[in-house]
Amino acid sequence: MRVGLDAFLMLAAVLFALGLYGAVSKKATVQLLMSLELMALAININLVAMSRFITPRSMDGLFFAVFTMVISAAEVGLGLALVLAIYRRSRQSEVSELHELKG
Amino acid sequence: MTDTVNGLAFGVLSLMCVGGAIGMLFTKNIVHAAFWLLEVSIATAGLFFLLNADYVALVQLLVYAVAVAVLMVFSIMITLRRLEDAIRPRDFSAIAAALGVLFGAVIVFALRGYAKPAGQRLPAVAPDVAAFGKLLFAANGWALPFEIASLILVVALVGAVWWTKEDDD
Repeated sequence: MRVGLDAFLMLAAVLFALGLYGAVSKKATVQLLMSLELMALAININLVAMSRFITPRSMDGLFFAVFTMVISAAEVGLGLALVLAIYRRSRQSEVSELHELKG
Repeated sequence: MTDTVNGLAFGVLSLMCVGGAIGMLFTKNIVHAAFWLLEVSIATAGLFFLLNADYVALVQLLVYAVAVAVLMVFSIMITLRRLEDAIRPRDFSAIAAALGVLFGAVIVFALRGYAKPAGQRLPAVAPDVAAFGKLLFAANGWALPFEIASLILVVALVGAVWWTKEDDD
């Protein structure tokens, strides 16, 4: 059985679509962040697979993947800190309840 | 070195990824969702090993499978203290599902014509950790982006601490 680059790209597309569904539909902020993580994982699969199949010698995709991981680690840290700050102010962290700024 | 990725290992790992993602999205208990995300992260690290990206796979295990999972579980513990807060009603959203399916369909349709010439064969030269490290710290390579990334990480974590500290007022 041959597995090429397109199989990895398909898998990443499916994972990204699932993460997009979660990011749009979830109401708990923690679950929202988990869905964002899922999308970041899909992107990393894309980057690493492209690096391995297309630029194996210069490894560009691997470097991009490492920097993406840094960004998403920062994003998770800040996101969870935001969840805790919101919880401390209003004793809940539901996305649908955060409508103070709604016009 | 085979000329392609092991199909059986890829199938198992991709099933773990997609199944774990579906479990994460459709479980009622948020703590279970955190553990499903952990499983997806570990399966993704397996995929990286399959692609000979050992360093990225190990970073993936350290950052996602350990640090992020612990952070997730901690913030669930703090914000959803009672058991009935962590059990969610099943919230299926047809609009979000339509958006996800539409996005996936567009990407899959676009991919059908792509990756035919270059992507079928695995190149014989595999990335190795030593060359990766040399390139990462080379002055004309990735040293400057690396330093900027570490600065971003420090600023983000200090900002996270600052956000969560007790208010004085």
